[in-house]
Amino acid sequence: FFQYCLSGHPTLPCNVLKFKSTTIMLDCGLDMTSTLNFLPLPLVQSPRLSKLPGWILKDGSTFLDKELKECSGHVFVDSVPEFCLPETELLDLSTVDVILISNYHCMMALPYITEYTGFTGTVYATEPTVQIGRLLMEELVNSIERVPKAQSASMWKNKEVQRLLPAPLKDAVEVSMWRKCYTMPEVNAALSKIQLVGYSQKIELFGAVQVTPLSSGYALGSSNWIIQSHYEKVSYVSGSSLLTTHPQPMDQASLKNSDVLILTGLTQIPTANPDGMVGEFCSNLAMTVRNGGNVLVPCYPSGVIYDLLECLYQYIDSAGLSNVPFYFISPVANSSLEFSQIFAEWLCHNKQTKVYLPEPPFPHAELIQTNKLKHYPSIHGDFSNDFKQPCVVFTGHPSLRFGDVVHFMELWGKSSLNTVIFTEPDFSYLDALAPYQPLAMKCVYCPIDTRLNFIQVSKLLKEVQPLHVVCPEQYTQPPPTQSHRTDLMIDCQPPAMSYRRAEVLTLPYKRRYEKIEIMPDLADSLVPLEIKPGISLATVSAVLHTKDNKHVLQLPPKPPQPPASKKRKRVSDDVPECKSLKPLLSGSIPVDQFVQTLEKHGFSDVKVEDTAKGHIVLLQEAETLIQLEEDSTHIICDNDEPLRVKLRDLVLKFLQKF
Amino acid sequence: MPEIKVTPLGAGQDVGRSCILVSIAGKNVMLDCGMHMGYNDDRRFPDFSYITQNGRLTDFLDCVIISHFHLDHCGALPYFSEMVGYDGPIYMTHPTKAICPILLEDYRKITVDKKGETNFFTSQMIKDCMKKVVAVHLHQTVQVDEELEIKAYYAGHVLGAAMFQIKVGCESVVYTGDYNMTPDRHLGAAWIDKCRPDLLISESTYATTIRDSKRCRERDFLKKVHETVERGGKVLIPVFALGRAQELCILLETFWERMNLKAPIYFSTGLTEKANHYYKLFITWTNQKIRKTFVQRNMFEFKHIKAFDRAFADNPGPMVVFATPGMLHAGQSLQIFRKWAGNEKNMVIMPGYCVQGTVGHKILSGQRKLEMEGRQILEVKMQVEYMSFSAHADAKGIMQLIRQAEPRNVLLVHGEAKKMEFLKQKIEQEFHVSCFMPANGETTTILTNPCIPVDISLGLLKRETAIGPVPDAKKPKLMHGTLLMKDNSFRLVSPEQALKELGLAEHQLRFTCRVHIQDPRKEHETVLRVYNHLKG
Repeated sequence: FFQYCLSGHPTLPCNVLKFKSTTIMLDCGLDMTSTLNFLPLPLVQSPRLSKLPGWILKDGSTFLDKELKECSGHVFVDSVPEFCLPETELLDLSTVDVILISNYHCMMALPYITEYTGFTGTVYATEPTVQIGRLLMEELVNSIERVPKAQSASMWKNKEVQRLLPAPLKDAVEVSMWRKCYTMPEVNAALSKIQLVGYSQKIELFGAVQVTPLSSGYALGSSNWIIQSHYEKVSYVSGSSLLTTHPQPMDQASLKNSDVLILTGLTQIPTANPDGMVGEFCSNLAMTVRNGGNVLVPCYPSGVIYDLLECLYQYIDSAGLSNVPFYFISPVANSSLEFSQIFAEWLCHNKQTKVYLPEPPFPHAELIQTNKLKHYPSIHGDFSNDFKQPCVVFTGHPSLRFGDVVHFMELWGKSSLNTVIFTEPDFSYLDALAPYQPLAMKCVYCPIDTRLNFIQVSKLLKEVQPLHVVCPEQYTQPPPTQSHRTDLMIDCQPPAMSYRRAEVLTLPYKRRYEKIEIMPDLADSLVPLEIKPGISLATVSAVLHTKDNKHVLQLPPKPPQPPASKKRKRVSDDVPECKSLKPLLSGSIPVDQFVQTLEKHGFSDVKVEDTAKGHIVLLQEAETLIQLEEDSTHIICDNDEPLRVKLRDLVLKFLQKF
Repeated sequence: MPEIKVTPLGAGQDVGRSCILVSIAGKNVMLDCGMHMGYNDDRRFPDFSYITQNGRLTDFLDCVIISHFHLDHCGALPYFSEMVGYDGPIYMTHPTKAICPILLEDYRKITVDKKGETNFFTSQMIKDCMKKVVAVHLHQTVQVDEELEIKAYYAGHVLGAAMFQIKVGCESVVYTGDYNMTPDRHLGAAWIDKCRPDLLISESTYATTIRDSKRCRERDFLKKVHETVERGGKVLIPVFALGRAQELCILLETFWERMNLKAPIYFSTGLTEKANHYYKLFITWTNQKIRKTFVQRNMFEFKHIKAFDRAFADNPGPMVVFATPGMLHAGQSLQIFRKWAGNEKNMVIMPGYCVQGTVGHKILSGQRKLEMEGRQILEVKMQVEYMSFSAHADAKGIMQLIRQAEPRNVLLVHGEAKKMEFLKQKIEQEFHVSCFMPANGETTTILTNPCIPVDISLGLLKRETAIGPVPDAKKPKLMHGTLLMKDNSFRLVSPEQALKELGLAEHQLRFTCRVHIQDPRKEHETVLRVYNHLKG
């Protein structure tokens, strides 16, 4: 049992598990932090960005000034943004049988895997995961494709050149593996390989392994996975939450009795309380708007935005914001808002109850109806006519490198009346802002990450008691910036096994048993014998059938009737190869009873001699000598087969066959 | 020999009050709990005394499963759980859980408020009953207890309709509820995997019918409606609020749009708005096409179809009215029918099955003079049309499902005895499986032959599969092992391991024989020959 670790990002995992005879990929997260090294892609020509000076090496050489630009002391690549893919060289990805997706954030690398590696297997995910994952990919592709960039920089990636660059470019890993965004045909091809599954659905893989998704409480349709055979159980926990937001609560009970629990996707901001952050978000938003400023919320088109809109729904009237327009701008804004309302079965209890009434589960339906929330596919078109300030804009991408958010950063960055509020935890807000410096706009950091924190993890582990825990190395030590916070790491016994990118772990368990089915007629023919109190045994001689990794024992066929004619019939295929069975024997032979039995069967001249280890029985007329010892019997006789068989049968009467 | 027992309390050689008791491996499950539309007395509910004469329902039953929200499948539920008394779990899908209480309340209102019956279940009882309901997802394996598990499959028929697999160990039963094997304008087709149950309990409403193509029926329907409206007549379509109504609405809506027709279409009040809302919120349960386009155009937002007001029935000029209930046995559809029946320009289209005893059934069987309340005779001059739009599988569909699931036995319910008999023969001929059709209260026993799962040591299994020069998967192999039985665990291990685990030593049995060989050759040559002979 091996685990190949293809991603070093703890919340965007990509692991491959070799379990029994199957190869299972767990998630394929796409690390997008690489895009922070690139210049933003403006929708409208930005004079500021186009005038940024080229970067010049210390020795004055300028050969990189077309590729690299400098902004407020930071250096950026002036090119189409690129993403850091999961490791593709560690194992042959065409051998992957199935991919299990845990939530829509963890499938963003799927097209790279399914379309470029020779993958021919099946992907399993829940319906909301697929639908919302499609929206996230659509938005990503759209926001990159609609701003075609002539330049594709590659010179800086040269190892010799990269060495000369300033941090963080100098330290960026595997830059040669960075790839441009996929296209919509690739997305569609990848998504067509997905098979939809529901929570607690048992899916058989090749008859050898069973996988089951469980609710993980983090997002619509998000799941943890159980990978098990009859004897081994691996739990894969990825992006789980115990907070009550909109999704169905996490199923913890089913994680019990795991041999190995793989733990990924914990909160990225362990020190921030999500509830407190939502409060701060609302008050900062209200303050800015009251002062006549605009609020920009860089966000993904699904997920936390539903919760934020719900908070605002309750908050705007009491805060006197009823007349402030809220805009949600994304090519998939409408779809996201509509889709959120149709997944009743994947929602928390309260929201389900609303659907039963029947009312839309999310109050943003009402915000839209009352015109308080308006959504647009982009800043072009209707939006420019309706646009009124001051306002609140929700738009992507949270990295601030592409999407409509770039436009609003350029538009509102110069005024200190405006505020940008960061709620998504995936990108460092300081890094995200770097290419916009100097900036007058206020910046508020309210990261909302509802995933498990370390206190919840240790409670969970105590509860479900896995034999072994496997996790990314980041979780086994305190965060680098807070090395004294030993509470911000996983604490369990035995200590968690950690992994890092491009590592192969051997998982610590060994299989000892397999399931086999005994057919009823065979079971009927067995003769159990009680050997010890409560323990019975029966010897089984049967035909073993193995098909699709399932084993069945059947009654052996009756020996073929001796052919009536002398012609030899062809031996049919159904007759098993009969190798002569030599059962094991156990027990010891009581000499007195043995002698009595011999006499009963016509041996009249039996003599017994005692030896150091047992007895010797002599049959003088038959010229036979039988040595009886505790655990062995030795019969020395003449070449007389009937005699030998007779003696054998008499001896076997006293022994137990196995 | 282990057995599965099935006793229909309702729907045995009958349509109505579906309620089937199944005993499998010591577990008792009740499938559906419906009412009968043809009766107003005790016979409207299943006879639960069959169980209660021996004790409490909760003690006897491990769980109750409701296949879909039609009242002939869930109408007796509050009576069963609150008045007879059942506190165990009741399983149904999410849409069924959402819509079922509304239909029950509607049914209660008609019975108690309009007909003035007492001793019926109350609104509070419906609420208390629904609290015992556990909602299930499609394909989710629900562990009712340690041994009993159930799993829902998509059944088409109506929103949220499901087939259920009931499984204990390796014995299993599949109950289809009502299902539809052809996708329609708003729902998909029923689907099940090759789960090879010991018993398939299938509905058989259309056991002898093989329906012509859906397209033809739709064209026929539209032509009839169109012609009537053209000559100024009124069309009454009695429907149940949820299900066929939505399919026909989609059909008429698109037709009106295409033909640019002006005659008004009404939907009788009450559930309409709400019903459409359920379809919008549970759109994942509808068919592929509707699901794909719902963001751009929600098929359940109708432009041409408006809410009906009772006063409209007397308006002059043509109109189309969808009115509930579907069998013309009470309520608004019956009221409108009485008003319009006298005019030969008008038409009533019955789009579904009608239970015996209902006005719908009477007019469909050709009766044209009906005795109404107060001995009044109603003469029916309007045209009466029947068009099978109810989403049940026809004979072809039932055979198709049997082919999909590959059951070892089939049991028919929810149909008429004569038609069942025909289908039963067909099934036995084509699939060579036994087919049963018990009447209500009659128990069918099916012998099963479950195999016994045993743990085999991996060492033994590997040794046995590796034996032989070329491992040939197709050729069976004889293997030898020792089965250890301790408490309830069964383990198959190698004889050596069994000895070791039991703390027993092996007993060696050896033979030594003297053999005389006459051979003129030299001694070592003889030895060599003997050695080679033995080796060969």
